[in-house]
Amino acid sequence: MSASIAEVEEMARKCRVEIVKMVYRAQAGHPGGSLSEIDLLAALYATRMRVRPDEPKWSDRDRFILSKGHASPGMYAVLAEMGFISHEDLKSYRVLGGVCQGHVDMKWCPGVDFSAGSLGMGLSFGMGCAVAARLDKSDRRAFVMIGDGEMQEGSVWEAAMAAAHHELGNLKVILDRNRIQNDDFCEAQMRMFDIPAKWRSFGWNVKEIDGHNMAEIMDGLDFLEADENSNGPSILIAHTIKGGGISYMENNPAFHGAAPNDEQYKQAMIELGEVEA
Amino acid sequence: MTRMAATRDGYGQALLDLADNPKVVVLEADLGKSTKSLHFRKAHPERTVSCGIGEQNMLLVGAGMAASGYIPFASTFAIFTERAFEQMRNGVARPNLAVHLCGSHGGTHTGTDGSSAQSIEDLAVFRTLPNVVVMHPCDDVSTRALTMQLADTNSPSYMRTARNKTPVMYDDAAEGTIQIGKGVQLKEGTDVAIIACGVMVSESIKAAEALAAEGVSAAVIDMHTLKPLDGDLIDSLVSRCGALVTAEDHNVIGGLGSAVAEHLVANTFAPLEMVGVPDRFGESGQADEMLEVMNISSPYIAVAARKAISRK
Repeated sequence: MSASIAEVEEMARKCRVEIVKMVYRAQAGHPGGSLSEIDLLAALYATRMRVRPDEPKWSDRDRFILSKGHASPGMYAVLAEMGFISHEDLKSYRVLGGVCQGHVDMKWCPGVDFSAGSLGMGLSFGMGCAVAARLDKSDRRAFVMIGDGEMQEGSVWEAAMAAAHHELGNLKVILDRNRIQNDDFCEAQMRMFDIPAKWRSFGWNVKEIDGHNMAEIMDGLDFLEADENSNGPSILIAHTIKGGGISYMENNPAFHGAAPNDEQYKQAMIELGEVEA
Repeated sequence: MTRMAATRDGYGQALLDLADNPKVVVLEADLGKSTKSLHFRKAHPERTVSCGIGEQNMLLVGAGMAASGYIPFASTFAIFTERAFEQMRNGVARPNLAVHLCGSHGGTHTGTDGSSAQSIEDLAVFRTLPNVVVMHPCDDVSTRALTMQLADTNSPSYMRTARNKTPVMYDDAAEGTIQIGKGVQLKEGTDVAIIACGVMVSESIKAAEALAAEGVSAAVIDMHTLKPLDGDLIDSLVSRCGALVTAEDHNVIGGLGSAVAEHLVANTFAPLEMVGVPDRFGESGQADEMLEVMNISSPYIAVAARKAISRK
């Protein structure tokens, strides 16, 4: 819980290296959304999540649900940094029998609380975890990360309405607002207009931050945890860059679900400071 | 006089009886009055989660609660469970979380609401999901018994119940003989075996009585569990009777008849006639009228039985 901003930034850098390596080795996967979410995930796990990596099924742990489950390399990299899985395990990404399934899967990977991969499902599952925590009179929380394209799924709004109705102050959502979905920019696929206003009108506490500025991320996580926001569910809208950290992937819809080639891989390692130019 | 009751009332009673287990929770999607979960809600509002008219959310709230140690019973109309099929597939069945889904008002027997409400494919679609137990009991006694047992299983389930009252097949003392995955022989017979589920069990008894008057000895089986299917019982019926009929208020594609046929072709052989909704949608009508319209009432079962016998 005591990691400094510099330490979390270094953890996120290492995770970016692993994300690129995983997708490069598999020659498949989703680097764009993994890179956009990674500063948020690193900060959440390094400074907020009440979990026990040596006891991943500890019943009173905070839950984390990666609803955008295709952005699994980001989560696997963080789980390896936290010690839930080994760095060697990361080589099993998309490999037969591997703990690192294509989409995060609670039956395969220690530390994964929800089997995701189909968009629009994680918020509902997180709501169930939050209701259960309240029935248990436990102070554990359910954190859910959703994507912006994912908000086009109607079921997200079923859950948004229900969570506010039930005043689930222990349900905390982070929106990875990276502005790109599978086929194109969100703006071209389905305009979403005033996203903060949508969530406010559904009865949620809302805050916006720069999802790559670690100081702002810490403020945002403080907001999610704040007592004054325990009256109902809260959402942190994090403005991010799809492919953030790798120049040729940034804001490039082609890298939603594509792997770098040999040359691109080398360039990424240079940009991330892993090798000399 | 045969007692008449609706299976949904057995479900509602079971939920109340299960409430002693503090881990049992009920999820509703604005149809608790109809599915009969309302009794639990009135007695235990703190353990009842209203999900509004949002079946997709309800299924996954259940998954989150199951993953947190609770035993969720979620219900809505059978037809609306299908709306949440992918949630059941990806969020419940795939991680094998024991969420118990009940679809009431299933089949054409549900009547005057018409074809939009008459689910004729629910048993088929949920039967295709790995890990999921699929049941369609025939009366309130068996529905209560099977629902009680669900709380002790570690598998997700789908159970269809019905809106309208039908003849009760079991007395309360028989409850102990009803087990998930085990068909029950309600009537002995040697010429043909009629394997039925849900409202068609009482129709099959009527058909067997009509056949007996003609000197045909028909066994009647309550196959309340479609998955896992009681293959041992089917094998013994084949060796004893040599001809089978299935009877269901469900499309002939994918339901009980298909399940029995899948077992037969892989294990043994006997002529099989399938009585079910003939791959068409329904319309508004009374329950008994719908069974006639769909050619699945007791006379049609008797015709199918004679045909199966003739094919021996």
